[in-house]
This record gives sequence, structure tokens and C-alpha cells, in this order.
Amino acid sequence: MDSQTIATAPEEQLPGGVGRHEHPSFLRHHFETVGQQREAASFGMWVFLLTEVMFFGGMFCAYLIFRNWYHPAFVAGSNTLDITLGTTNTAVLICSSFTMAMAVFSAEMRRKGALMLFLVLTIFLGLVFLGIKGVEWHQKYVDHHIPGMGFSIQEFVHPTNPKAVALAPDMAEKTQIYFSLYFLMTGMHALHMVIGVSLLFFLLWRASRGAYTEGHIMPIENFGLYWHFVDIIWIFLFPLLYLISRYQ
Amino acid sequence: MSERNDPEHAEQHIVGPKVYGTVFGILLLLTATTTGVAFIDMGVYNAVVALAIACIKAALVVLFFMHIHYSSRLLKMTVGAGLFTFIVLILLTMSDYISRAWGMW
Repeated sequence: MDSQTIATAPEEQLPGGVGRHEHPSFLRHHFETVGQQREAASFGMWVFLLTEVMFFGGMFCAYLIFRNWYHPAFVAGSNTLDITLGTTNTAVLICSSFTMAMAVFSAEMRRKGALMLFLVLTIFLGLVFLGIKGVEWHQKYVDHHIPGMGFSIQEFVHPTNPKAVALAPDMAEKTQIYFSLYFLMTGMHALHMVIGVSLLFFLLWRASRGAYTEGHIMPIENFGLYWHFVDIIWIFLFPLLYLISRYQ
Repeated sequence: MSERNDPEHAEQHIVGPKVYGTVFGILLLLTATTTGVAFIDMGVYNAVVALAIACIKAALVVLFFMHIHYSSRLLKMTVGAGLFTFIVLILLTMSDYISRAWGMW
């Protein structure tokens, strides 16, 4: 019997006029099997993630071009970042990706306790990341390195770091472009983290009421894809912003 | 209903803690490596090595954390098409900027 026949066949009526349902309650009627529903949901999520790749891609492209134009300013700006905090944050985010992957596994194994534990751990690590990011941003505020807000080129014209090369005032002004891109890219990434953590609270609440551990794990799985994607963006932001211009 | 054998109806492959744990360990190791390497002077190769390590990390996340290694051809091709389009856009933009001032230096 093909799908057309299934769709148009009169539904067998049970007493009380209720249609007969011989499939899991979470299987939508326009899908034939649970496998097909999952495949469609994954496909949709990936198409969304590709639009996100293009969104961040524009910023990466801008960074690449400006870095080539104002290379000395980008080197000087990059060296004011705290590499220890940056590396710690990368590790924290990778840990959160691992706990999220384990949350997906727990949902698949139908273990409610483990699922909730891993979701809580992911929320915790996400908040730690945002906290460390906040500390870094605050340091930029203290140093007058936020573009436009009383920005100071002092550190770049008369560097305190003995390894640093003193920049001419016009090139030192261009460090504002580095910091604009720094705040734009880490800011957009942090916004994605905030949205992610908010969604995690919702998923945790639903999971506590028994959702996702009875076979229907698509919301957890698709959220996992989103969370790993945000991790990948940071995997590229970290070397570009912190690492590739270090003074030796 | 007839038997379904085509891949879109296939059972989902469940990836276990062993794979996740191994990938997690490698990712942390690569993070330590990339930070360590940043302090060794290699000229332009600092950027090349850092980005190569980032690409390896991203590939590990996509293949194992995001299950693409175990996914259907449709999903593999979706990811591939996205990557391809992204590379085309970056290359076109870069070739434009590089050739703007061609011969003027």
C-alpha cells in the first residue's frame, strides 16, 4: 500500500468516534515511520545551522580582510587578550559539548535521571563560560579598550609589554576595528549561548516531567546539534582572536 | 503497510559514551596543543597550524558529537553542500579584495 492510499483510506472508527492509533503518540500523521520523522527533523535543523554558518561566516570574512589591511593593529589588539582565560573557556565549552552529547545518549537510553543530570551540567558549564567571558569584557572596560567609549590608544602607542612594537597613532587607532570585531563576534557567540542556556532550562523542565525519555528525543537531539554548533564557532574564534598573533 | 528498507526510515544509530569520551579527550588535547604551539615562533605557519587544528576539532565535533559519521547520505550531503557554498563565498570575496589594487603597489 503506498502512502497516497494510506492518506485517503477512511479511518477505521472505534466506538465513540475516536480514530484508531497504532503508532507512537509522538509520530505525526504526515510521516510514515519514526525513522522518517527523525530524518526530516535532523535535516531541517541542519539547514537552519547552515544559515547560521553564513551569518557567522560574514563576520569571519570581515575579520580576515581587516586583519590583512591593519595587521600591526590586529597583532597589538590580540595581545591584550588574556590567553589563560581564553584557553580555560575553550576547555569549558568542550566539556559542555561532551555533557550535552551524554544528555542525548541518556535520552536515547531512556534514563531520566541521567538526562537531567547532564542537562544541569551543561547549563552550569554554559554559565561558567558566560561568567569568564564577562570577566574578560569587564577587563576591556577597565583598560578603555571598548571602541567609542573613551577608547585609549595609550597602550598601543607606548606599550608596557617589552615584546610589543609601538604603533604610530593612526595605526593604533585601527585597534578599534579589532576590538569592534572582537566584541561583535564574541558578543554574537555569547548571545547564542544565552539563548542556548534559556532553551536548556526549558528542556530540563520538560525532561523533569518525563518528556524525551519515552522514545521521542528529537528536541534534545536537535538542541544538541545547536549547542555543538555554538561550540564549533568558538573553536574558530579562539585561534583567530587569541592565538595567531602572539608575540614570541 | 509494506516493509520499509530505504535509508530515510532506518533506525537511528546510537553513539555511546566510549566514542564521546574518546573524542572529548582528543578535543581537550588539541586545545592544549594549539595554545602551546601559539608560543613557538613559526612565522606565518602559526596561523596555518592554529587554523588546521581548529578544522580538525570542528570536524571531530561534526562527525561524532553531531553524529554525521553515522548519518544518512542526505545529511552528509547537506553538511557538504553548506561547507562548499561557504568556501565558494569566502574565496570569491577574498579574490575580489586581493585583486582590487592589482598592479598598484
